[in-house]
Parts: sequence; structure tokens; C-alpha cells
Amino acid sequence: MQVTTTVNGAQRSDEVEDRLLLVHYLREVCDLRATNVGCDTTSCGACTVLLDGESVKSCTVLAVQADGREVSTVEGLAGADGTMHPVQAAFRQEHGLQCGFCTPGMVMASVSLLKDNPSPTEQQVREGLEGNFCRCTGYHNIVKAVLAAAGSGAKA
Amino acid sequence: MSIMGTRVVRVEDPLLLTTGATYTEDLRSEQLVGALHLTFVRSPLAHARILSVDTEEALAAPGVVAVLTAADFGRPELPPMMPMFNQAMTTPLLATDVVRFVGEPVAVVLTEQAYQGQDAAELVVVDYDTLAPAVDMRDAARDEVLLFPAAGTNTIMTFGSESFDETLFDGCEVVVTQEIHNQRLAAAPMEGRAAAAAPGADGRLTLWLSTQAAAAARGAIAGWLGLDPATIRVITPDVGGGFGAKIGADPDHAVVAAAALAVGRPVRWAETRSENMVAMTHGRAQVNTVTIGGSRDGTVQAYRLDVLQDCGAYPRLGAVLPGLTLLMGPAVYAFPKVEGRARSVVTNTTPISAYRGAGRPEATHAVERALDLFAAEIGMDPAQVRKRNLVPAFSAPHTTATGAVYDTGDYPEALDRALEAAGYDALRAEQAQRRERGDAKQLGIGISVYVEITGSAVGPGNPHEVADIEVHPDGSATVLTGTSPHGQGHATAWAMLASEETGIPIEKIHVKHGDTDAVPDGIGTFGSRSLQQGGAAVRQATQELVELARARAAELLEANVDDIVVDKGRAAVHVAGSPDAALTFAQLAETERLSVRSVFEAPGPTFPFGAHVAVVEVDQQTGKARLQRLIAVDDAGTILNPLLAEGQRHGGYAQGAAQALMEEFTYDAEGNPETSTLATYPFLSATEVPSFELVGMATATPYNTLGAKGVGEAGTIGATPAVHNAVVDAVSHLGVRHLDMPTTPQRVFRAIQQAQKGI
Repeated sequence: MQVTTTVNGAQRSDEVEDRLLLVHYLREVCDLRATNVGCDTTSCGACTVLLDGESVKSCTVLAVQADGREVSTVEGLAGADGTMHPVQAAFRQEHGLQCGFCTPGMVMASVSLLKDNPSPTEQQVREGLEGNFCRCTGYHNIVKAVLAAAGSGAKA
Repeated sequence: MSIMGTRVVRVEDPLLLTTGATYTEDLRSEQLVGALHLTFVRSPLAHARILSVDTEEALAAPGVVAVLTAADFGRPELPPMMPMFNQAMTTPLLATDVVRFVGEPVAVVLTEQAYQGQDAAELVVVDYDTLAPAVDMRDAARDEVLLFPAAGTNTIMTFGSESFDETLFDGCEVVVTQEIHNQRLAAAPMEGRAAAAAPGADGRLTLWLSTQAAAAARGAIAGWLGLDPATIRVITPDVGGGFGAKIGADPDHAVVAAAALAVGRPVRWAETRSENMVAMTHGRAQVNTVTIGGSRDGTVQAYRLDVLQDCGAYPRLGAVLPGLTLLMGPAVYAFPKVEGRARSVVTNTTPISAYRGAGRPEATHAVERALDLFAAEIGMDPAQVRKRNLVPAFSAPHTTATGAVYDTGDYPEALDRALEAAGYDALRAEQAQRRERGDAKQLGIGISVYVEITGSAVGPGNPHEVADIEVHPDGSATVLTGTSPHGQGHATAWAMLASEETGIPIEKIHVKHGDTDAVPDGIGTFGSRSLQQGGAAVRQATQELVELARARAAELLEANVDDIVVDKGRAAVHVAGSPDAALTFAQLAETERLSVRSVFEAPGPTFPFGAHVAVVEVDQQTGKARLQRLIAVDDAGTILNPLLAEGQRHGGYAQGAAQALMEEFTYDAEGNPETSTLATYPFLSATEVPSFELVGMATATPYNTLGAKGVGEAGTIGATPAVHNAVVDAVSHLGVRHLDMPTTPQRVFRAIQQAQKGI
């Protein structure tokens, strides 16, 4: 099937297998390999991207379902001059990543969370990221990073 | 100002946050163009005889290039990894006549595209004749069902004397005994196992592996496949977590290499999560029977630890972990009499290997539960019982009853700091109030004091690690390390060490690891060894490089080498008092390579220690335990980068809390895994833990010039028993004496019900 999407601001059209998952479309067809696959049950959130601005787990969306829609991955988050998005910068500053495998999905989920709730409490951050697993950080510094990015670090 | 001990943010992060890391599955190497995708066909049965494997239909499926079984490789049997194992317990590269666990590889399918592999794997028809399984380790120990009939037993090896000293508890006023389960866990790093193999025109095989120890992986794979290690180059791309389950190589990795050699084309493999959950090694899986005896004033006189280790279907590192459990058995306590024994057995389950702590969390958990049981029996505060039995502070090596030689430690101070930071007395007061009021939500306070062993030697000789450093004419430097970071931040930490000695800014120091052509004799990252040995090696190499630069400068400047000083502000050396005639390290590298290779050797392992206090709230109506606070003192010696050390601690706490509260890999009676996906395995999420409360303490070790001990596994070792003890404590007034991990709502609820019925 033909799929026409806007990926990180650039429109493209590709012929894809019907069953191709969005995450594999991004990784193999678009050559955007930051987004990772961490499970096969829509549990871990490593593959989280934004579809028309809403966070989705791209392992559970078919590429063809993205037809006519906008997809944003972590590769498209930094500014044109390479300046990191505040969420990316906060993850670095607060050591919110270790092995980095959950990070692209975690960052995109955090961006989505802050869009919905620009000043979350610690509990709201934890609940908002419940669907994104991390095995390295114990979530401590991820939560700190999201709160810092929200400019509400002082409330934590 | 020194960079040592400062919170330097990671140099690795910008790439990881913007374009993502390059894990094995992300590789775009030219050598992998046109690579085939490998898909394993795995056993769906725990124990069965293979009658036939029919590959015909799979071979005819779209995109299939080959379907390979054990017969295609000459039915190789991999010898037991250690000489003390029962030598009849060999591991087939791919299953031959019998499968021994769900997930054991039986065949591989090689396809042009990844999705085709999943389709074709389903078309491989394996005819099985089921055999009775030995699933529970206690059943396996009875040898009624044998996994390896030729071995005559399921026991891989034993530790300690067969019979116990019957007089051990003579004279004790109180003796308590308890069987304590340290349940099986899935390591579950976010990146599963992955490999890519490319046979080269030069006859060498390049193998990219998601591993914690490239050189060990190369040696293992070469040995298993009967190849000269020199013909294999292992490259470690970025690694998405390991937690011990990626130390060296698995037979599955050797299959990828063998398949590439068999078809003469590059092959790549990245396992699915469901595959990872049954086929990557699991951790823990011990049943420990503790007996503790002493007097009613709280003094423990004797402690006995009887360990049964489930090793899964094929003996791996898990079989030797009870040795560490016994060594660390008495932990931080000065028990006058200690004895222990252990037995490692095979079962029809996924093999057991290292998982964050690997043998030491089990030791700490057993003794910390034992102390709480003893305290409950004599009606004394658990903190007081601990204080009464702790080894006093020491600065000269302390030899324990089990023969461990602790380097430095002050356990009473660690406990005091944890109790004070927790507000222990106030917590006990609140607990008493809630109990008096009969609140639905009761408070539980759990304590653990721990000491662990880090940086143990791998093989004979003292623990060691290698490092190379070279300064280039452009002023940059390259550090080659034998360690193998997978989240720990070595690129930053090692750059800090090299920068400290030379003044070269960390942005200009590039740390490389995990390529056996560049570092053929690196050891790797596991056992909390990296900073204390790998970091120490980088520091030593850099100091030697500075000496080399001074000697060269002395010659060029016609001065006495003793008069040559380092000017870190300019990354240069000059004659003292003559800064105008300075030579930068870069300039010194222009005429002749300025590089040093160094091996750091430690006199022995180090023994970090600490104390944790966990506070949980248990809803008596639902049995749900919530971790409210975790206060932790972790003394890992001198800290190089607090940001990184804290990150290691956080991760450990979460994994420890997860074991205490939630996680368990389970099988049904037939050996079918019940938790083989992330939808069924209770993986910890952000909602189940609080932000942690870290308390500082740093007692340097004399075993390396950094004063550093290991920190990677401390969190799991301390947190698991603290959280577990807290849950039991929350319901102890209801008559609950012990309940096993994980302390799920159902288990807590039942324990309350049974205690109240007086069962």
C-alpha cells in the first residue's frame, strides 16, 4: 500500500507492506533508528512517537494508519541549529538516561505529557510516564528531568 | 580546580538524546549490507524428546535462504564452562535429541527480510515426545527426574560440608529457622540480546555483540565453534543495558556466528521481548534455609545458611553464585559461629546467570530476614539487634568467619546515618499510633545493613584491567578501555580521569571500548568493577603518559626531568619557573607517538557497604504494599562523579524494590513460563517507587589510587531486604512472621488471613 506521511516536518510517500508497523517504517524505510522496540506487547513505551502531536506506541500502529498524518520522532525534536529541546536538555542535566534505550520514547512521552499538563506534580509525572519502562534509572532522575523541564523543579 | 568528585554531565548524552545511540540493530556497517535475518525456532516444551525436525515447508516459504538445525553444524555439544561442574552436563549449540526448557533453540531460519523469518519459523515442524519435567528446584534436587541421565544426578556441584555441626546452636536461648525464597527474576534489559556477523574476504569473522565483555565473548564463541580466536573480531556497539545477563556470550550468539559462516553471508539477529524473557538467562532463584540462634539480650551466637540454587536447564554462571552467597553469608555481623553449604541443581527452566548483585543480594537478604525473625522472636527492636551484632569499625583488613577479607568499613556509622536520616524513632512512634488506632493503612519500617564484594578477580591472579591513552598532535586524546559501558557513563568518567592528569578538556578526550582488535585483553563491565579497576587503569596510564611527556620534554629542553612540571591550564609541560618555553602534550606527539598502555592490578576485591531504611504502607484490606520512602547510605569509597554514582544507586534501589514488591518469573507445573512477556511479567513502572533519599558516606579503600569501591550493585543488595522487611513489619503485629517475595497484594492478604486464623 502507498503511505504518505509527514515525518519530522518532511513529507514523503512510500510503498509499504500492509502489515508493516509504524516503528519499522520509521526505522527501516525512513532510516530513523533512534526509536527502539523494547517489547512486543505494547507495554514498554520505548517506541513512543507523536502522531499528529499525540503520543502513540509505534509498535501498535500500522504504517498505513499514519497515512495523511504527521509523525514526530526524537530526531526531529532539536532545533535546526542543533539546540536541544528543553526536555532533551533536562534529561542530560539531570542524568535522566543511562543506557539510552528507553530514552527516545521516554523523551517523546515527556514532551506529550508536558504539552497536556505544563506544570505537573511529581505524582502526575509518574502517572503520565507509567507506560514507559526504564530499567536503569529507577525513574528518579527521569522524574526530576521532566519536572525541571516544566520549570517546576522547585515544587518537587 | 580539580574535576574529581564533581557532577560532570555526560558527554555521551547529546547523541543519545538527539539521534539515538547505535545499538546492534541500528548498525549500518557496509559489511552488513544484504545481511540475512536470523529467526530462532524455540522449544515450546520444558522437557521432551525430539523425534524429528521437518524443515521442508519452511524452506519453500518466501525469502527463506536456509533452515539450519544441529545436524547442519555437526551436532556440537559445548563443554561445561567450569571444571567443577558435573561434566556430563553439556549444552548443545542447537537442541539435538532432547529439549530441556521452553525457549531452547532447536533450529534457525535465515531470510532476506525480518518479517519473513517469523512467518517461516512457524512452518518448521518439530515432532516432540514429552518427558516429565523437573520444574521446582526442590523436586530436581531429589533426582527423581533427571535432565542428564548420563550425569546420574541433577546436582551440578556442591559447596561446604555435606553434614552440619549438630552442636552449632548449643547454648542458645533462642533458635529460629526459616525457609526463605529468593525468587527467579528476568534480567530484562530494555535492549534484548542482539548480534550481527559478517564473514570477511580475509577469512576473519566480524561479530557485533550486545555484550558486557567483548574479549570473553570472543574466547567463548571461538571455543564453542572450534575457531582460532584470532579469526574473530568482536565489536561492541552501544548496549541497552545488561545487568549481568550480557556478560560474555550465550550459545545463541555462537549460532549467529556459525550461521553466517555456514551460508557465507552476513547475518543479523535481534531477539523479540517474548524471546528474551525465556531465552536470556534469568537471575537469583535460590531457596535459602536460615537458622539463627542467640540470647535474649539480642546477641547472635550462631548462624547457618543452607543454599539451594536453581540453575535452569544448563549450568551457567548461576551454578557458582552460591559460592559468593556463602562467602558473604555473615555479612556485616560478628557472629561467633557460622556455617553454610550449598547445592546447585539443574531444572527444566531457563538457565540462571548473573543479575545485578549475583549471589550477594541473596546473602544479604537471607541474613537480614534472619535478623528480623530473631528480633521478632525475642521482642527486640530490629535496629537494636543489628547494633548489638555489627562488626565494629575497622581500617585494617578484617577477615570474616567465612574467609572473606574486608578492606575498610564502618557499619555502625552507616546504620546510624540511615536511621537518623529516616527519623527512625518518629517512624516507630507513628507506626505505634496507627496500630493503636487500627488504621486500614499500616506502616512498615524495614532495615538492612549490607556489605558486598566488588571487583573480584576473573580467573587466576589479582583483579586487573587494561587502559591505553594516546595524545594526538591536534590536542585531542584517545583512551582505550577494557571496560564495557552500557549506561554507566565511562566515556565521561574516564575522560575526567585523563583530563585531571593532563589538563586536556574532557570534550577532547574520546573513550573507546569493546573492540577486540583494539583491546584484545579487556575484562569488561560486571561485578561493580569498572571504576576501581578500569578507571584506576586509565588514571595509571595517564600518569605514565605524563611521565613519558616529562622525560621527552626534559630531553628537548635540555633540563633535568625532575624540574619538568605539568601545566594543566595549557595541557603542557615546562621547566619549573620557565613557563614561556612550554611544550604541549600535542606538540610532544608531533614528532613521536605519545601513547601508553597500562595494566592496573588491584591487591584484591573491595567491600562497599551501607544501610537502607524502607518505609512502606500496607493496606490491610487489599494487601497492597506501597513503598513510601527509601533512605539509603551507600559507601562506595571515594566518588569520582556523584551524578553517575547516584544514578547507579537509584537504578539498584528500583530493581531491589521491584524484587521485594512485584517481580517474579514463574512457571506452571509443566514448566510453561507464565510471565514471558512484559504484559505478564510485573515490570516496575514510575508509579511504584518514590523519589529516593540518598545519604552520603565515603570511606576510601587503599586498594586503588582513586579510593573507589564498586557502586553498581549496591542498590539492589541493600534495598531488597529493607523493602521486604518493611512489608513484613507492617503486618507483624497481626501475627505475620514471614512471607516470601514478591510481597504481592494477594500474598500479603493471605498472610494476614492465615495469621489471624492462627494457621
